[in-house]
Amino acid sequence: MQFRTRAIHVGNERCPTTGAVVPPIHVASTFVQPGAGDWGEFDYSRSGNPTRKALETTLASLEGGSGALAFASGMAATHCVTAMLRSGDHIVAGSDIYGGSYRLFHKVANRAGVTISLVDTTNPTNLAAAITPATKLVWIETPGNPRMSITDIAACAEIAHEHGVLLGVDSTFATPVLTRPLELGADIVMHSATKYLGGHSDLMGGALVMRDSVLRDELYFVQNATGAIMGPLECFLCSRGLKTLELRVREQSRTALALAEWLKSHAQVTRVLYSGLPDHPGHEVAKKQMAGGFGAMLTFELNGDFQQTKQFVQSTKLFQLAVSLGAVESLIEQPASMSHASYDPADRAKHGITDGLIRLSVGLEALEDLQADLQQSFETIN
Amino acid sequence: MSIPPTRAGSSDDTPREPLEGFGEDFSTLSVHAGEARQKPGDSITDPIFCASTYTFTDTQAVIDYIEQNQTREEYGRYGNPGERVVERKLAALEGAEDAVLYSSGMAAMVGLLMTKLSACDEVIFFDECYHRSREFCTKHLSRFGVVTRQVRACDYEAMEAAINPHTKLLVSESPTNPHMSCVDLERFAQIGREYKVETLIDATLATPYNLRPISAGIDYVLHSATKYLGGHNDLLAGVVIGEKDKLEPVRKLRGIMGAINGPQNVYLLSRGLKTFELRMQRHNENGQRVAEFLENHPRIERVLYPGLPSHPYHEIAQETMRGFGGLITFFVKDADWRETANIVDAVKIPRIAPSLGGVESLIEQPLVMSYYQCTPEERREFGIHDNMIRLSCGIENSEDLIADLKQALQR
Ligand SMILES: Cc1ncc(COP(=O)(O)O)c(C=O)c1O
Ligand SMILES: Cc1ncc(COP(=O)(O)O)c(C=O)c1O
Repeated sequence: MQFRTRAIHVGNERCPTTGAVVPPIHVASTFVQPGAGDWGEFDYSRSGNPTRKALETTLASLEGGSGALAFASGMAATHCVTAMLRSGDHIVAGSDIYGGSYRLFHKVANRAGVTISLVDTTNPTNLAAAITPATKLVWIETPGNPRMSITDIAACAEIAHEHGVLLGVDSTFATPVLTRPLELGADIVMHSATKYLGGHSDLMGGALVMRDSVLRDELYFVQNATGAIMGPLECFLCSRGLKTLELRVREQSRTALALAEWLKSHAQVTRVLYSGLPDHPGHEVAKKQMAGGFGAMLTFELNGDFQQTKQFVQSTKLFQLAVSLGAVESLIEQPASMSHASYDPADRAKHGITDGLIRLSVGLEALEDLQADLQQSFETIN
Repeated sequence: MSIPPTRAGSSDDTPREPLEGFGEDFSTLSVHAGEARQKPGDSITDPIFCASTYTFTDTQAVIDYIEQNQTREEYGRYGNPGERVVERKLAALEGAEDAVLYSSGMAAMVGLLMTKLSACDEVIFFDECYHRSREFCTKHLSRFGVVTRQVRACDYEAMEAAINPHTKLLVSESPTNPHMSCVDLERFAQIGREYKVETLIDATLATPYNLRPISAGIDYVLHSATKYLGGHNDLLAGVVIGEKDKLEPVRKLRGIMGAINGPQNVYLLSRGLKTFELRMQRHNENGQRVAEFLENHPRIERVLYPGLPSHPYHEIAQETMRGFGGLITFFVKDADWRETANIVDAVKIPRIAPSLGGVESLIEQPLVMSYYQCTPEERREFGIHDNMIRLSCGIENSEDLIADLKQALQR
C-alpha cells in the first residue's frame, strides 16, 4: 500500500469488539489481567497502551522502521536516546540542531558524564574527524534550523557505521512524507510530533522510530523506566493528524517553494534560505533525499535593521507571531529576538543569525493570501 | 481571499473553467474564518470550554445581561464559545450569515422542521433522500398534524402541482443519497420564491466546497457534519445554515429541545475543517477516478456519479458543482443480492459500514445496510436494487482503491 493509504489504515484496524471504524481512546491507567502472574498484552499504561500502540504502529510503517515509541514531547524522545548512553560515552552532533537539543546535550546529558562535540554536518567528512573511540551516537538534524542547512543522511550513515556508531536523525522538518532516514541508513529517526505529525498546533508529542528491533527494545526499556510517554488523548489527535499528513506536507511545501521564489526576487529581501532554491548550498543533496518537496519552513533576510525586522514580524495579519512550526496556521518569528535571543550577538553572528532574519512556518492557507500578507508587511517598512 | 478556484479535474487532468460563486478561498477560510485572531490565553488554537455554565460577577451583571441583551455565554445549552467559532466558520465556508450547530445531522433536520412547521402545515420532499429524514416526516411529523408530500426527485412540475396554501417548506438533498441526482437549485429556489415557500437543501453529499445553494437562492442549507465536514469518521454533528434572522427561532428552539453538540466534539469538527479543502480535493479526485474505473469494468452494469457524462444529471452538476465528491453508487451486472454482497465482502481497503465522507473509504450494500427490513415493493419504490453498492471513497491513494476493487471484482 502507498504511503497515504498506510497513514490512514495501518495501526487503525477496526475495533474487534465493537467494529468502530476509529479505534477507541483508551484512557485507562491499568488493565485487568487474566490471572495472577499471567500477563495480557497490556498491563499498565506507562508500559503500553492500545491507543499509543496504534500511533506507534502507524509511525513505524510510515518511516519504514521495525518499531516506534511515542513520547510526551520531542525533547522527551531525544532525552530517551541520551539516557540510553553511559558515562564516558561521546556524542557528535550537528551544529545546526534545535536549541533544545543543544541544551539537553550540553546541560543535562553531560551530568551523566556524556561528552559532546558539535560539527558542521553539511560536510559529512567533518564527522569522521570528530568521531573518537568513545563515540556512541551521531545526531543530525536536516533541514537544520534556522538556516535550513541540509545534511546528507546516507553519507553520515556510512561514516557512522564505519566507526560502529549509531546515527540518529531529527527529521521534524522533513517528515516521513519527504524523507525517510531509516531507508537511507539511519538507526533512529526522531520527531517533535508537536509539529507536522500532529499538524494542528494542538498537542505536544515526540517520537522515535528504529530500524532495528533490538535497539527499539533497548529504547523501550528506557522509556518504560523513565516514563515520558505520550498521553492517550494526544496519541488519538496525533493519529488523526497523520491521516492528512501527506496532503498537508505536500501542499505546505508547494506553497513554501512558491513563496521562496517570490521572496528571492523581492527588492526588500537580501537572501532566502530554502533548500528548494537552486542556489541553496544543500539543494543537490535535498533533491536527492527529499522526495517531491523541500519542506514548509523557510528563512529569509529582510533588508532592514533589528527594529524594522521586529516591526515586519509584528505587522503580518495571517502569519501569526509565535515560535513552533509545522501546523495548518502559518507562523512568523524573528530568530534574533525570539528563538535565538539567548545567544549573545557574537554567537548569533557566528551562526549566521542576523538581525534581519525572519523564519516562516508556512501553513495551509492559500499562497495568494500569504503572499499578499507578506507584501503588506513589506510596505510597512521603508 | 483570492484564488479563482477550479473544479476538480477529471482524471485526464484537463483544466476546467472556474465556476462562478466559488470566489472564496477555502483553505484560508477553513484555517482562520470564525476564529478570533487573539484567542483566550493567547493560545494559537481555540481552547475547549467544557463548562456547563458561565458565571456573572454580581447581580447587576445578570440584570445588565438581560436588560441590554448583551452577547455573552450564559448556560451551556444556549451556546458555547467553541461552538460559536465553528458556527461562524461553517457560515463563512457556505457564504452565509449564520449557522446553528446540532448534535447530529438528524437533530439539525428535526430542529429546523420543528421550528418551521406547525399543525396543518405541509412540507414537500423530493422522494430520494436519507431514509431517516423521510421516516421522521412521514411517521413523526404526521403525529403533530404536519402533512408530508413526496414527489419524484427533480420533478419540478410535480412539486409545483403539490404546493397549496398550507405548504411551508420545500426540501431536497443534492446530490441525493444514494441515487446522486442533482437538483437544479436555481429552479428549486425560484419555485419557492414564486409560491412564497421556504426552501431547504441537504447538501451533505456535496459540501460547501462543491456546491453553494445559498448563492442559488436557497433559504436553508443543511449538512450532516458527521460526513465530510468533520471528515474523520470520529464525530457526529449537524448544521443548519442561512440568514441570521431566519435562524434566530431555530437557535431558540435548539436551546429548548437541547440537541446541542459537546465541546470536545465541536473542537474535533473545527480541527477537521482545517484540512477541509485538501480532503475535498482528494475525495473529488478519488471519486472521479474510481467512478471512471468502475464504469469501464465489464462486471459493472451502471455507475451513478455526477462526474460521469453518462449520469442523468451530469449537465446540471457540471454547471453548478466544483467537484462531485467521494460517493459512488454502482450496480453489478447480472448479480443477485448475494453475488453483490460477495463483492462487498471481498474488498480489503474500504470497510463495511454505514456513513460516508471520512478519510477512510467505506462500502455498503443499501439493500442490506439500510433497507433490509423493507418489503421488495418498498425497495422498488425507494429505488433500492439488489445489485446496488454504495462506496464512499476516502482520501487513500486512488491506485490502491482501484487495485482493491479490481481484485474484488475478479473473483
Ligand atoms: C527540530 C526540532 N527538534 C526538536 C524539537 C523539540 O520538540 P518538542 O518541543 O516537542 O519537545 C523541536 C521543537 O521545538 C524542533 O523544532
Ligand atoms: C444526506 C444525509 N442527510 C442527513 C444525514 C443524517 O446525519 P446524521 O447521521 O449526522 O444524523 C445523513 C447521514 O446519515 C445523510 O447522508
